[in-house]
Amino acid sequence: MATTEKMSKNTSPTHWEGEIPVNYIYTYGLAGEAFFRAVKDKGTFLGARCDACDITFVPPKIYCDRCFEELKKFIDVGTVGYVDTFTVSFKNMDGSDKTRPRILAMIKIEGTDGGIIHYLEGIGIEEVALGLPVQAIFKPKNQRKGGIEDILGFEPLKR
Amino acid sequence: MDLDTCELGGTPLKSSDFEKCKVLTTEWKPNLGYAWDNGVAIGRYLAELKEGRIIARVCHECHRIMLPPRMFCELCFRPTDEWAYVEDTGVVNTFSIARVNWDASRRGPKEPPLMPAVIEIDGATKGMGIMHMLGEVDPDDVTIGMKVRAVWKKPEDRTGAITDILYFKPIRAAAPKKAAAGRKR
Amino acid sequence: MGMRKVAIVGAGITKFVRRAQETGKELSWQASKMALDSCGLSLDDVDMVTLGTAPDAFDGVHMKGEYLADGAGAHRKPYMRHYVGGGTGVFSPIHGWFHVASGMADICLVVAEEKMSSCHPHPQGAFLTIFDHTTEQPLKPTLIWIFALEMNRYMQTYGISKADIARVSVKNKGNALDHPSAQVAEKITVEDVLASETLCWPVNRLDISPASDGAAAVVLASERVARRLTDKPVWIDGVGFAIDTAYWATRDLAYPRYVETAARMAYDMAGIKEPAKEIHVAEPYDPFDYKELHHMEGLMLCPRGEAARLTAEGYTARDGNLPICPSGGALGVGNPIAATGLMKVIEIFLQLRGEAGKRQVPGKPTCGLAQAWGDLMQMGTVIVLRSH
Repeated sequence: MATTEKMSKNTSPTHWEGEIPVNYIYTYGLAGEAFFRAVKDKGTFLGARCDACDITFVPPKIYCDRCFEELKKFIDVGTVGYVDTFTVSFKNMDGSDKTRPRILAMIKIEGTDGGIIHYLEGIGIEEVALGLPVQAIFKPKNQRKGGIEDILGFEPLKR
Repeated sequence: MDLDTCELGGTPLKSSDFEKCKVLTTEWKPNLGYAWDNGVAIGRYLAELKEGRIIARVCHECHRIMLPPRMFCELCFRPTDEWAYVEDTGVVNTFSIARVNWDASRRGPKEPPLMPAVIEIDGATKGMGIMHMLGEVDPDDVTIGMKVRAVWKKPEDRTGAITDILYFKPIRAAAPKKAAAGRKR
Repeated sequence: MGMRKVAIVGAGITKFVRRAQETGKELSWQASKMALDSCGLSLDDVDMVTLGTAPDAFDGVHMKGEYLADGAGAHRKPYMRHYVGGGTGVFSPIHGWFHVASGMADICLVVAEEKMSSCHPHPQGAFLTIFDHTTEQPLKPTLIWIFALEMNRYMQTYGISKADIARVSVKNKGNALDHPSAQVAEKITVEDVLASETLCWPVNRLDISPASDGAAAVVLASERVARRLTDKPVWIDGVGFAIDTAYWATRDLAYPRYVETAARMAYDMAGIKEPAKEIHVAEPYDPFDYKELHHMEGLMLCPRGEAARLTAEGYTARDGNLPICPSGGALGVGNPIAATGLMKVIEIFLQLRGEAGKRQVPGKPTCGLAQAWGDLMQMGTVIVLRSH
């Protein structure tokens, strides 16, 4: 009998169900701790400056991944930026419809080489465009826990 | 270079640092559910367990009678040739007396220890062992080389799983031996 | 063989701790930067990077190799991640060795990292998946069972007692008092080990190495480059690796044949005919104390069943005939799974250069070995180093 024929006759239970029962608690790391403390306590963003490579990383890092030098200078880079790219999401992870479409954007922070991915608020999905100036909206200080959800999203910059 | 003169990275935290929120953290509870294909061999293995039987596969080249059964022989690297029933008795190859659960939690003082073992099943090639549990035996009386027999779930309770065998118990009640130091603790 | 000579020229390591604040990336950078600084290289000098890290399930980061890459200096460089369970840390320099020996790279940065503390309720839970999902996991096993089952068989086969085995834990935790990275170094006695909590008889708490976070790194260089960078290159003279069947319950648990297979490969390459005489110092993997003995025998550093007796006689102490785990091993320094093996390689590197400080074994050793072991207790990785 050919190999595949020998192996393919099957009248028995076809699969076994189970799960991998672990969950996770992540620290943010040395740089991440500083970044989220600034979000929680001051409602601002920090970046890390590598003068040798002329790069400002947002979020900050304790090392420059180009030249590998230690980065000790964390600076307040403010909360203003622009939309570098975006997408509009209509579905939840389980395939059900979202109650309203959400705009997810890569927001470059002004004056830096880095940015944050977050939601855009206060703008219609037809009006979003690359380059749109935006600023971060934070939860009230007493509701912040030190995490990405302390940021509610970004809205068009009010001049 | 001398490690003693270098400043080493790594900032140690205590569990209390987490409990008292001295460091910021974020949590994730992944939903990692799986449906693993059994394949032909394990599918039949489970079906036979439901009937109260243990089945193996035979390779005609190396003549091994293999448990768990497999559709190819990993030594000869060719398909295996036939099914063969084996006994539901065996010999203890090794064992442990466990007071720790899968997640490192400790078993309570009134909970009996678990007794996992490797059992060489009679009828399979010598040394062909499967992992299972021992039961109806005092931890101090378990020995390597002890003959055991499977204790099955009632037919109506079996589902086609390795747990259709509840555990293996000694074939003859062992005469009480001098307690092996530390096993019961 | 046609392969170029390769040397280890620099090393870096972090502290090994139960819970590090650093992310895995930051730990990797700390070790890698230290390794580059130790031999005066910049990231631009590195041709290729290879990184070893054990299951993604520990750190809780899918595609962990890619995630750690920029902490390992792999920005826009040829990069690979390798993983063979606990065998990873000794496989790391072997993997890097291929890159340099083949001529593809002159300088290869080799990194190993683990951050197990992210995994809850306990990193041990991630090990559940080491067991077959259908025929074993429903029994709700824990990794300690496998060690306990193997330890019991080993003890019974050779008539070795728990006290014999406990001596390894005493030796290694004591040795680790002199290692700056050490997580669980302490002066203990055999009685302390035997009195510690019985987890899964015959395994007690002090028979086991801890869960750890940590990273380590080495710099490999081709001969031409190595001789310019240092006057004390440590040559990779032998590499070996082998894997056994995953049907672990059908193996002879009293003897790690896959370690012997890997060792023979490394010894052949290094021209070693009598390992017990020609190896001056060794770092076999010791996640549990009995494993050091098990592995010594698999490495053919002593006859089968004899390792415990030799340990009792002081043969494997730092000032003994064949020092074993002078670093303090996993039992004393800690066991961030992938980084541990590389810590052992670094120990041999330092010992052969006479730079091991208070851990230095006497007699100016010129040939050493590191070995690690992993997966479903089936993978052996061996590296033979020489200074000459």
